[in-house]
Amino acid sequence: MNLEFTPEEQAFREEVRAFIAENYPKHLADFGMREDMAREDFLAWHKILGKKGWSVPAWPVEYGGTGWTPTQRYIWSEENARINAVMPLPFGVSMVGPVIYTFGSEEQKAKHLPGIRSGEVWWCQGYSEPGAGSDLASLKTTAVRDGDHYVINGQKTWTTLAQYADWGFFLCRTDPSAKAQEGISFILVDMKTPGVEVKPIKLLDGGYEVNETWLTDVRVPVENLVGEENKGWTYAKFLLAHERSGIAGVARSKRGIEKLREIAANETAYGEPLIKDFDFAKKVSQLEIDLAALEITELRTLAGEQAGKGPGPESSILKIKGTEIQQRLTELTLEAVGTYGAPFHGGVSNDNTNEHPVGPDYAQHAAATYFNMRKTSIYGGSNEIQRNIITKMILGL
Amino acid sequence: MDFNFTEEQEMVRDGLSRLVREQYDWETRRKAIASGAGWRPEIWSQLAELGILGMPFSEADGGFGGGAVDSMVIMEEFGKGLVVEPFIPTVVCAGGFLKHAGTAAQKEEHIGAIVSGERVYAFAYAEPRGRYDYADLETSAKKDGGGYVLNGHKAVVFGAPWASHLVVTARTSGERRDPSGVSVFVLAKDTAGVTTRDYETVDGRRASEVYFENVALPAEALIGTEGEGLPLIELVTDEAIAALCAEACGAMKVAHAMTVEYSRQRKQFGVPIGKFQVLQHRMVDMYTAYEQAVSLTYLATLRLGADETERKKAVSAAKVGVGQAARLIGQEAVQIHGGNGVTDEYAIGHYFKRLTIFDSEFGNVDHHLKRHVALS
Repeated sequence: MNLEFTPEEQAFREEVRAFIAENYPKHLADFGMREDMAREDFLAWHKILGKKGWSVPAWPVEYGGTGWTPTQRYIWSEENARINAVMPLPFGVSMVGPVIYTFGSEEQKAKHLPGIRSGEVWWCQGYSEPGAGSDLASLKTTAVRDGDHYVINGQKTWTTLAQYADWGFFLCRTDPSAKAQEGISFILVDMKTPGVEVKPIKLLDGGYEVNETWLTDVRVPVENLVGEENKGWTYAKFLLAHERSGIAGVARSKRGIEKLREIAANETAYGEPLIKDFDFAKKVSQLEIDLAALEITELRTLAGEQAGKGPGPESSILKIKGTEIQQRLTELTLEAVGTYGAPFHGGVSNDNTNEHPVGPDYAQHAAATYFNMRKTSIYGGSNEIQRNIITKMILGL
Repeated sequence: MDFNFTEEQEMVRDGLSRLVREQYDWETRRKAIASGAGWRPEIWSQLAELGILGMPFSEADGGFGGGAVDSMVIMEEFGKGLVVEPFIPTVVCAGGFLKHAGTAAQKEEHIGAIVSGERVYAFAYAEPRGRYDYADLETSAKKDGGGYVLNGHKAVVFGAPWASHLVVTARTSGERRDPSGVSVFVLAKDTAGVTTRDYETVDGRRASEVYFENVALPAEALIGTEGEGLPLIELVTDEAIAALCAEACGAMKVAHAMTVEYSRQRKQFGVPIGKFQVLQHRMVDMYTAYEQAVSLTYLATLRLGADETERKKAVSAAKVGVGQAARLIGQEAVQIHGGNGVTDEYAIGHYFKRLTIFDSEFGNVDHHLKRHVALS
């Protein structure tokens, strides 16, 4: 038992660190995920990585994966988190990609995987509906077979960044008489198809990260069905387990704590740096301790994966603790910036965007990020759903 | 990075697991801790025979060449069975001082006797007014000719009633709480001037108040360098904390499993209470806390050899995280057991008690959070 990286792994770290330093777009340095990002900001790094062949490390090599071990992938994500890089979005890379190469037809693989790798094609996820959130299987959107087409009708919601999407993957009910989970199919939809309408939803941070997606008599060729008809729930669950395994965000939270310490060293409280205030410092240490525990838990899971065990129900722990930590981090960051957490958009009005923001730079996004991150314990299967999964799969109750 | 145990470590685990299962069943334990002696020397002899007591010593010192990971495996199994025999005081603490700082003669005299099971040691560091500060010492050792004269009162010395020898911390110079001027001594408990008041602890163990009145010690009783004992004490207690965390993990694992099983059996409103989501989610939170505690225990154990700051941060992180998990799991286990959880008859309450006292050993959650802050 040891926590050391092998010399090969160290060398790998040097290699990717050098590559990132040389190739990561300078104007997106330390950007992370912000509410004011443009379409091209999301894609810049993805496209560079696509050219390098590093955009889909976890995929099997035959589909363009890098063949890295789970530990190497961990190092890769750590190195990207060090500079808070804007990573390729998960919808293509971690969600629909693995479903297509695992369950899709050869035509689907040939048609869709290259665009996901290169970052040329933007995907969005059509799962949730107004009446189907945690109870996803109660979804009502229908796909009715009509000759060589499915005709899709219904309403999806929380479709993240669908305003930019070229394609979407949708869960639709194809057998209304079957039991909830059994009549669902997994269908790929070109977002330019007539009848697809995307309406933005404004969120607490002022941004438009998610949408309502309306589907009215949308005609989709039957070859866009992935796998078998009525087996979509199986693919949906497979996708969710994949989604969870990267969700802990340990490396990113580590960088977040470093930044928090920098902020707290810069802020003044009672005539001293805020970080000298024991009540505050204690909360930072507690967060760091919880993160240290999560990091080892994730490494233990990775080691299991390396030994051939897939991401199991333990990944629910990573989701719960990872998101709790991300939320606490943004909460403490907002706390650290004090009263300068309040000005909206740094006090810059829409009429005069040349004004200089009030307060320190690091305060500008603190509240928006805090508000934004409340989503993490809700999405990807809410943390309560994760507890249901652990109850069933691990406790056996 | 490797989270696998060696074949030897797996064998140790299996052997101890069998010993606990076959000879440490609940009724036997109950009788033993209520007996006059309060422990079972025959278990100690078996541990010696199995090589357990020599595990973390180098072969040169007469041990079996193991290390902190071996102690972790051992203590986790002991935790599962609430084993009271004093592995940490004897092997990890006394053994730790000797292997890190003992002279050849001291090693020769003491380590062999530990490995063979012939001698049992206790570590007398706590004082009535010292709380968790190892340097806050009223016990003094004054130079006297070639040796020292020891005076003072040590509080709640776990395992002391069973011990033949004591490792004692005392001030040899400086003011109370000065980091320098702290020294460590080893002596036989029957040395003239040593008296004890022995008692039971709430978690089924035994401890003593130990009084030293003009106890004459030879120069050879000193372990390490006079007045420079604090870093050594911090190292050894960090090792003890890692082992203690492993013990707590073992106890938490069983407490959680017992609770889940109870929720399967116990019916109310016509269904097993384990069907209630409000209880399911609490048992999931216990499970998550346990897994995080295991991770922190690994971290602390694997960082014992790191540089001082990194080691201390990892150990404090573990003591905080495991302490919080121990409290959560202990309290929730009792709650989910309902009235049965507060009876002496059910085992769960005894796990709760052990997990409660764990927090105050070698510094509680607040103490280690403070240490973590100071090192950050």
